[in-house]
Amino acid sequence: MVLLGQFLEVLVGGLLAGVLYSLVALGFVLIFKASGVFNFAQGAMVLLAGLALVRSLDFLVARGFPLWSSIILALCFAGVIMAITAWLIERFVLGPLVNQDGLTLFMSTIGATFILEGASQMIFGSDVYPLRLFPTDAWFLFEGLFPGGILVNKLDVWGGFIAGILVAGLAVFFQRTKTGRALRAVADDHAAAQSVGIPISWIWFVVWLVAGLVALVAATVWGTKLGVQFSITFLALKALPVLIIGGFTSVPGAIVGGLIVGAGEKIAEVFLGPHIGGGIEYWFAYVLALAVLLVRPQGLFGERIIERI
Amino acid sequence: MVRNTLVLAAAVLTGAALATPAAAQGEQFIPILSYRTGAYAVNGVPYANGVADYYNLVNERDGGINGVKLLVEECETGYATDKGVECYERLKGKGPTGAAFINPLSTGITFALTEKTTTDKIPIITMGYGRADSKNGAVFMWNFPLLGTYWSAADIAIQHVAKELGGADKLKGKKISLLYHDSPYGKEPIPALQALAQKHGFEFTPIPVTHPGVEQKSQWLSIRQNKPDYVLVWGWGVMNGTAVKEAAAVAYPRDKMIGVWWSGAEPDVTPAGDQAVGYKALMLQHGAGKFKVHEEIQKHVHAKGKGLGKDDFGQVLYNRGVVNAMLGVEAIRKAQEKFGKKPLTGEQVRWGLENLNLTEARIKELGFEGVLKPVKISCTDHEGARDGRVQQWDGKAWKVISGWYTANQATTEPLVKDISAKYAAEKKITPRDCSKES
Repeated sequence: MVLLGQFLEVLVGGLLAGVLYSLVALGFVLIFKASGVFNFAQGAMVLLAGLALVRSLDFLVARGFPLWSSIILALCFAGVIMAITAWLIERFVLGPLVNQDGLTLFMSTIGATFILEGASQMIFGSDVYPLRLFPTDAWFLFEGLFPGGILVNKLDVWGGFIAGILVAGLAVFFQRTKTGRALRAVADDHAAAQSVGIPISWIWFVVWLVAGLVALVAATVWGTKLGVQFSITFLALKALPVLIIGGFTSVPGAIVGGLIVGAGEKIAEVFLGPHIGGGIEYWFAYVLALAVLLVRPQGLFGERIIERI
Repeated sequence: MVRNTLVLAAAVLTGAALATPAAAQGEQFIPILSYRTGAYAVNGVPYANGVADYYNLVNERDGGINGVKLLVEECETGYATDKGVECYERLKGKGPTGAAFINPLSTGITFALTEKTTTDKIPIITMGYGRADSKNGAVFMWNFPLLGTYWSAADIAIQHVAKELGGADKLKGKKISLLYHDSPYGKEPIPALQALAQKHGFEFTPIPVTHPGVEQKSQWLSIRQNKPDYVLVWGWGVMNGTAVKEAAAVAYPRDKMIGVWWSGAEPDVTPAGDQAVGYKALMLQHGAGKFKVHEEIQKHVHAKGKGLGKDDFGQVLYNRGVVNAMLGVEAIRKAQEKFGKKPLTGEQVRWGLENLNLTEARIKELGFEGVLKPVKISCTDHEGARDGRVQQWDGKAWKVISGWYTANQATTEPLVKDISAKYAAEKKITPRDCSKES
């Protein structure tokens, strides 16, 4: 019973941790789905959004603004910063590279990553900034059934709740709105989309803005978990196996991929790790990703790539 | 904040904030390997500020060491071993006599440089970190793990646990886990803790955390199930704060956690807020606070607008940087007694390090009273001192909660001898006869 309790606790904890990875992975999916660009800068965007949020929040609270109004104003400020970032990236990075191949665009996002990381720390600071938007204590469920109960962290549950809302919102956006359909058209073929009158620069601005706002949402959860600091950029590496498993073009795939990675790596670390020296969860996620890649290269939910030769 | 950051960045890029950039013939060159960017910048910045401010103090107040000004250049490693080696290669030959010594501030870089510095005849100072076996100067002629190795730290931590439990005999049957950064740094205390577990009969469980340590859920769920009596934390950067938060999330008592001295600074606890209250950490002798030397830095460096440490002035890692810089400066001063008041080579400074003897009176004279205990380096003992205390975070500041502990060499010395002998055999080094050294 003790072992079952531990297994369930690790499984639930892993699934919820996976949802937090999905929050970061969603930003990648959005940009890839809408523009065919693998955005290496997504982790840096989470850092920028988090720093803009926490620094403005601290500024407002220190000047006596009530907490709730400070949070709303700080979220708006961070949203504006992400909008400006989206515009700058479209105007100076992607705009001039329209119709270039995917590798060129990918390389340009690597450049954007370093600029965003450096600029955000230069402007907002490079310390660790505590952020407390959600409760971080835990529930202990089924204490009567399992000794010590099953621990479920409230922050992780909040993360899952927020991810659910995000996915629903994005599904509506892509399927039901004119802009969403235009985004998908641009993703299929830049030139063809342009030829039927879809304004590519506007579409790219919108998609980077949405990805920026998703980064802001991820920053609220991860900032509460870790404090807002440079290390948040490493979350991009946690999102990568999620994308490989779920598929680069699928919003639900990002969630399912996150669940698989989260549960898989935690179970492996806790139950397999002690027998082989531990510290395996970081690479075990990639083992899972490679396994999926071999069977289904486009990921579990990705669009199958068929090219006419 | 923005302005400060910009000024700092510009200063670091140009090297202008640290010393006069022009390389004059009469200057002693000292490289600073630092990390002001990347995952570990929150800990690297205050440390580097302390080092830079002290070198500036020596130049501004004293006109250098006996008239020999210090020429300092900082190189950003990002805590990455490859970049650290690159910085070393670029800076080792600078100045009229090359680098006086190198201080990598990374155990990984230390491992990578240990053989290179031997060939280049440049001493490598690793105050409170690095290879623990390099305490044996007979084998590691160029390494100086001053003030305490990780094996000394492990022994001090277990001494404190024993004291809390009511005696060393109470350790038997207890469970002690080590949550460690999965790197050369984090792995270094494991042999000592295994030896201590065998000696005292406690159950020891090492638990690795992968760099940089942002995700520790698995580790803490294991800890929750295993219910160790104490968790020792050997982390750096984000790993420390995350460990404290995860401990709170699984309701593990923070006052049963003891961090090594690299897991016991302000950036390690402030992100966790109230959750960090009760968390304990070892002190590499000093803690936070302002002493006579700080007054001097304030007067001669900061008042002239040349100081780098502002918000972190007097914090734990800033003070560690100041102490580290002082020990290097005093080694050069000692070497000047033998080789003359001129810029010295690394080989000459090595002699100064090996013969450094800071008495209580000299420590007071230098403005470090209350910060340090006497330090005496010798050929057989490149550590020089192995004293520590324990501090506890009360939510606002670190409070010293213990008296002084001295690491028990009866435990660590056999390990030092054994592992350094293996190293000597592997590298075909003939250990020096320390009785013939002077």
